[in-house]
Amino acid sequence: MAVSAHASSLLDLVGSTPLVELPRVSPKPSVRLFAKLEGQNPTGSIKDRVAKAMLDAAEASGELERGRRLLEPTSGNTGIALALAAKLRGYPLTCVMPASVTEERRRLLRLYGAEIVESPGDEGSNGAVRLALELAERDPSLFMPFQYANEANPRAHYEGTGAEIVAALDRVDILVAGLGTGGTLMGAGDRVRESFPDVVVAAAEPLPGDEVMGLRSLADGYVPPILDVSRLDRKILVTNEDAVRGLRLLLGEEGVLGGVSSGAVIHTAIGLAEELDHGVVVCVLADGGWKYLSAGFWDADDVDAEMGQSLWW
Amino acid sequence: MVAVRIPPTLRGEVGGAREIRAEGETVADVLDDIALRYPALGSQLLEDGDLASYVNVYVGGEDIRTRDGVDTPVADGAQLILLPALAGGC
Repeated sequence: MAVSAHASSLLDLVGSTPLVELPRVSPKPSVRLFAKLEGQNPTGSIKDRVAKAMLDAAEASGELERGRRLLEPTSGNTGIALALAAKLRGYPLTCVMPASVTEERRRLLRLYGAEIVESPGDEGSNGAVRLALELAERDPSLFMPFQYANEANPRAHYEGTGAEIVAALDRVDILVAGLGTGGTLMGAGDRVRESFPDVVVAAAEPLPGDEVMGLRSLADGYVPPILDVSRLDRKILVTNEDAVRGLRLLLGEEGVLGGVSSGAVIHTAIGLAEELDHGVVVCVLADGGWKYLSAGFWDADDVDAEMGQSLWW
Repeated sequence: MVAVRIPPTLRGEVGGAREIRAEGETVADVLDDIALRYPALGSQLLEDGDLASYVNVYVGGEDIRTRDGVDTPVADGAQLILLPALAGGC
């Protein structure tokens, strides 16, 4: 039997994701809207790029000895991506995640073989970051890739996501991605700006419900060290209602089942596309909708009541 | 007159209100007006006269740091949203 095209590891299939045009979602025919489908990565999200890049970098620098336990704060996608990479490379993994995340995420992490430490749900991901930093300080045998401060995160998007976009298109006027750690926007933004200097790099940012902002004081706020807001051209808040409106449109018109941040990105992209007379808008859709199926927002009338208590990206 | 949305963390400084009213034609004016009437809130928002790094301010749903910073104009009747910087990125 001839075996021609095949990958020698699932990790070799990270990246090189499809780019698809979304003509039915574009607000005008003179503006072409494209989506980079990051849900097509091996564990279903853009974080496969980050997880692989962080382990590659730590192995190359000699910091990460074989078999050492990994620890990472994550509300889901990064943990699942790290769990696959860690399994294939032979590292045990512990994820610190807020108790408020969807059940699919917890199940997926356990199925991939990760251990979970829960941080208080009402402290959101700031609470997961704080607890993970404490645990890592207490136990130096743990290795924390720490996507919020790891330069391999934006670099994965500079060399991967962004490079793939500029290789595929002759023109990019607006690049829209969800804002989380800032890795996608910093890395892909820089790469796309190198080829298309006038590109507008736009962040879609979640407007969190009151229940997930349980900080004791403003000083408990957290700005990821890799995020430099001065390198963003736009930074736009998206309500849960608008994110879900974007999701329903994406699925209804184009048949793309996206995650919550994808809906927010589409909503933001449509608004920005309306400001253009003609041009090309690229949306980075970070994951698919599969991990959110148990959430009630898909056909809820009162979306905010369904979504206000959780953090969605 | 602009409406200023207050995050839960700071509502104690404004008698529990979710939203307060303030005056000003730029974000800087509005923040000064807030600081005058709610000194405890003002001292948390400002750091050496500048916007504290852990505070995000939005006008028309857009972060003022990608607009004109504290010089961003605020139209009469606009909504200004104050938010703590949160770690996102699952």
